[in-house]
Amino acid sequence: MPNLNTRGALSIRNVTKIYDPEGVNVMAVKDCSMEIAAGEVCMIVGPSGCGKTTLLNAIAGFHSITSGEILLDGELLCGPGKPKADQGAERMVVFQNGALFPWKTLAQNVAYGPRVQGRSSKAEAMEKARDMLAEAGLGNVTEKYPGEVSSGMSRRAEIVRALINDPKVLLLDEPYRAMDALTKSIMHESLLETYDRTKVTIFFITHDLEEAIFLGDKVHIVTTRPCQLKKTVEVNIPRPRSYQTQSSEEFRHLMEEVNEAVHEEAIKAFQAGERELA
Amino acid sequence: MTDIAQPSHTGASAMPKKRSRLHNLAANKSLWRGITAIAVFLVIWEIGARWDEWFGKEWMIPGIGLIPPPSDVFEVWLTVLPKPGYWNSWYQSLARVLSGFLSAMIIGIPFGLALAVNKYFRDIFFPPFEILRPIPPLAWVPASLIFWPTNEMSIAFVTFLGAFFTIVINVVGGARTIDVRYLRAAQSMGASQWDLFSKIILPGTLPSIFTGAAVGMGITWEVVLAAEMISGGGTQGGGGLGFFIWNSYMGGSLEQIVVGMISIGIAGYLCSSAIRMLGDWFMPWRRLF
Repeated sequence: MPNLNTRGALSIRNVTKIYDPEGVNVMAVKDCSMEIAAGEVCMIVGPSGCGKTTLLNAIAGFHSITSGEILLDGELLCGPGKPKADQGAERMVVFQNGALFPWKTLAQNVAYGPRVQGRSSKAEAMEKARDMLAEAGLGNVTEKYPGEVSSGMSRRAEIVRALINDPKVLLLDEPYRAMDALTKSIMHESLLETYDRTKVTIFFITHDLEEAIFLGDKVHIVTTRPCQLKKTVEVNIPRPRSYQTQSSEEFRHLMEEVNEAVHEEAIKAFQAGERELA
Repeated sequence: MTDIAQPSHTGASAMPKKRSRLHNLAANKSLWRGITAIAVFLVIWEIGARWDEWFGKEWMIPGIGLIPPPSDVFEVWLTVLPKPGYWNSWYQSLARVLSGFLSAMIIGIPFGLALAVNKYFRDIFFPPFEILRPIPPLAWVPASLIFWPTNEMSIAFVTFLGAFFTIVINVVGGARTIDVRYLRAAQSMGASQWDLFSKIILPGTLPSIFTGAAVGMGITWEVVLAAEMISGGGTQGGGGLGFFIWNSYMGGSLEQIVVGMISIGIAGYLCSSAIRMLGDWFMPWRRLF
């Protein structure tokens, strides 16, 4: 299926990030480059603590980078002379443990972006929020607080909260990490369905290899710290995909390929961890 | 999802709220357990206090044997209840607690928020605040008696101090430990500084504000009662439940001392219930946990 989205191309060029330049000098990301096309689902896979989140934080504008540059649709987000990107609604983050405001109902949460940007009146924003939540299958819980719904529902609502801002890129940091396999598979289908509808560029960090192949157009495997691109695996399984995809021959073949590359890094990360502790 | 599907073991409190409030209350197991606990406590007290009456002096249980039994206390209470002086004590103590507490809230919450969000403000005001904070409210009594023209004003001031420091510390702590993800999410969505403050920091701090209020309320009661006992009767700054107890002590009425103590217990309970209800009302999302 041709992808008609022309927004949200990310270029990460030779990005290096060193934490605490005066002290312990931890190099989180080293000379890392990757190209993410507009409308692509790009999965980043690597060992724990390897610096994937650092990369995401740099794109989102939460942290500065030490050198290199990051561009969004050809425009410089951060680079020489501007170490930290501005935070903006064109790059929406969905956090690891969820960051829906507990004091707002799901609809109020989703309406927050349009409200504070002054794009629409309160009534309009709430109406649009309810519509979009209903589209994501959350029509009957729009007036509930995040604490009242399941983690799956709140994560889905959080993606809706990001999408209402019409972002160029969705940045997801292990959004389904703490979920059981069954909930996860439902979340995957719902994300795929959302993606097929919006074709928004997705930058998705995960540990879960099946998740990476099932959702992604490309799987970028990164090394253990410092984070560097090790290998890119193209996933040429046609969309729309369903859970049956995961039992196909092609899928299994890709799993092997990714697994091999990741396993090597996992061992390195493990041994590095042992040394640090000893 | 799982808590909806599973049968509830907590009884009627978790059942759908179709029935009348009274019915729900009557079916509330926690409430009945509470009532039973108080009843058992009173029975043990009664038996303990009357033991020597029944089995002779040599069987008196130390401590509890000296305390009047609850039935006697209740009798004395009945004689005190119609007296306007008793209710006046209630009124005076409550008025002092509320004025001290409310002024501490009104000044303490904005002050705490300012400390939390503004670095310059914090740099200037936090050090003196931290030096004044460890001084117990009662240590302020002599100085404030000299400083303020009336006893009543000194009591009000000391009461205010009792709640103020606790409230401020809780507000600062609450506002500064708001999860950075909320702030980042809001900023990514384009929140202005004011949006961030009013829609994220303020609601995010509310739970701590109410914790501070509950603790502060307890301290104001302590301070007011102690101040009332210190200041004694007279026309200026007298009266109140603290004085009621002191006066009963001077008059040698053990029962009336206990009446005063239980009155304070009830008054304190009413105050913290009020704070809890306000908390529920201000933070509807917290009712779920």
